[in-house]
Amino acid sequence: MTVDADMVRKIAFLSHLKIEEDKIAETEEEFNKILSWVAQLNEVNTEAAEPLVSVNEAKLRLRDDEVTDGNQAEAVLANAPQKEYGYFVVPKVVE
Amino acid sequence: MMTDLTELTIAEAREGLKNKKFSATELNKAYIAAMEKGRDYNAYVTETPEIALAQAEESDKRYLSGQAKDLDGIPLGIKDLFCTQNIRTTACSKILDNFVPPYESTVTAHLKDAGATFLGKLNMDEFAMGGSNETSAFGPVKNPWSKNIPLVAGGSSGGSAAAVAAGICAGATGTDTGGSIRQPSAYCGVTGIKPSYGRCSRYGIMAFASSLDQAGPIAKDVRDCAILLKNMAGFDAKDSTSVDAIVPDFEKFLGADIKGMKIGIPKEYRVEGLDAEVAAYWDKAADMLKARGAEIVEISLPHTKYALATYYIIAPAEASSNLARYDGLRYGERVNGKSLDDMYINSRTQGFGKEVKRRIMIGTYVLSAGYYDAYYLKAQKVRRLIWQDFRDAFEKCDVILTPTAPTAAFAIGDKEMQKNPITMWLNDVYTVAVSLAGLPAMSLPIGLNKDGLPLGMQLIGKYLDEESVFKTASTLEKDAAFKRMK
Repeated sequence: MTVDADMVRKIAFLSHLKIEEDKIAETEEEFNKILSWVAQLNEVNTEAAEPLVSVNEAKLRLRDDEVTDGNQAEAVLANAPQKEYGYFVVPKVVE
Repeated sequence: MMTDLTELTIAEAREGLKNKKFSATELNKAYIAAMEKGRDYNAYVTETPEIALAQAEESDKRYLSGQAKDLDGIPLGIKDLFCTQNIRTTACSKILDNFVPPYESTVTAHLKDAGATFLGKLNMDEFAMGGSNETSAFGPVKNPWSKNIPLVAGGSSGGSAAAVAAGICAGATGTDTGGSIRQPSAYCGVTGIKPSYGRCSRYGIMAFASSLDQAGPIAKDVRDCAILLKNMAGFDAKDSTSVDAIVPDFEKFLGADIKGMKIGIPKEYRVEGLDAEVAAYWDKAADMLKARGAEIVEISLPHTKYALATYYIIAPAEASSNLARYDGLRYGERVNGKSLDDMYINSRTQGFGKEVKRRIMIGTYVLSAGYYDAYYLKAQKVRRLIWQDFRDAFEKCDVILTPTAPTAAFAIGDKEMQKNPITMWLNDVYTVAVSLAGLPAMSLPIGLNKDGLPLGMQLIGKYLDEESVFKTASTLEKDAAFKRMK
């Protein structure tokens, strides 16, 4: 499989990254180099293999449904680039 | 005149402190002076001498009252991927340049509780993505073994390995996703262990690839690794993949008889690009273990050649998801835009470096609709086969011996490496499979090549069997008699 310039733009958008138009071709070439390299996995017969998600596949633990944390608005907001009245401030999103 | 305190191992320094030969304050002052003198290495990105001295003062009180803890007064460097409360933590990225965590990672909390002092935060590849420390927003770390031209310290824990080698911390924390503890340890002539996946809590360590990330120590020798790992590991309810297993006193295994142990040599690891001197040391290491009564057995890990491609699908996929949180909204550098989307895009485009963007995009692609099965699911299936390879191999042996990296450290700014990202990735050839299988593995220095640069050997153990790794490593260390720089 290979990607074209439009695909590169689409992936960039999905990644919330911007690639300058004069860098699209370069990125496309690099992407295709990597994709053709990872394509070697197609040689491997994986019919009988279950996907391995994590090496310790033990059942995820459950804990009691109780409040263990909270009331830390100040700490949560401490690193906010912009904040007001205990809220994160973002550019206007409604017209 | 007292010997240079920065030349002592952690075990030696601890003895000296217990016997009141010097104080924790004196020890920390010696390291702080060394750290300031060693700024040329670019190993530290944030120095915290005042914190170390305040902690040392508390340690001294405990030594005086006979209540000293396991690591009391021992000056450590902390990889900048670990969140440290009220100490800037950037993951060596631009986007988190001003980030000051309001909380402490579990691993560093354990170390603090054990009395360790923190000299500062150590340089690394941006978000731990890289094998040479050159992707750091703070510039590359210089390998202390460099001769005429500056060499890389390896990565991503390059600052940790270089700082230990140069004696500008007594020991350091590292993290390893595909070799990030072991490869820089090999390049810098120090010892580092990536424990079994789940041994150390990932809580408070900035996530790169969650199914692979694991913390571990980098130190001057095998014993120091045992001391540090004991104080870093342990079950943590805050990490859903933390292993609820007893943490043994790893020091107890050091020097134990290895007679009759079976050491596996994987035939598939004689890869193209393996340096002749590295290969010769590999044989020599096997001979040393054999001379101690271990049995050398050839093993097969048939899917070895697919490990790198598997890793470079899985790791970017998980990274693209993990790094989605850096959007300039709740923390980190914000670059404003006309709309919310513009703000996200501008913040991320200006905040991330080239390698991180590359991996986010690859990850986004392999997870996107229509490609998920062909790439991501396929890679997870091959991962199963790689994991199974090790299971089968461990039917025939107790520990596996391999080189850590195919070559010694290379030059900063190496043209070949810069030209093609895959060339750089190939340095992980011996370390990634172990990460995919979640196994414990240690790198220790075996000797110098003809250029006077250190080379490392890797010992791989069964899942949760750090014991055999430590046992074998302590024997090999003794026989290799590698002379530390500091």
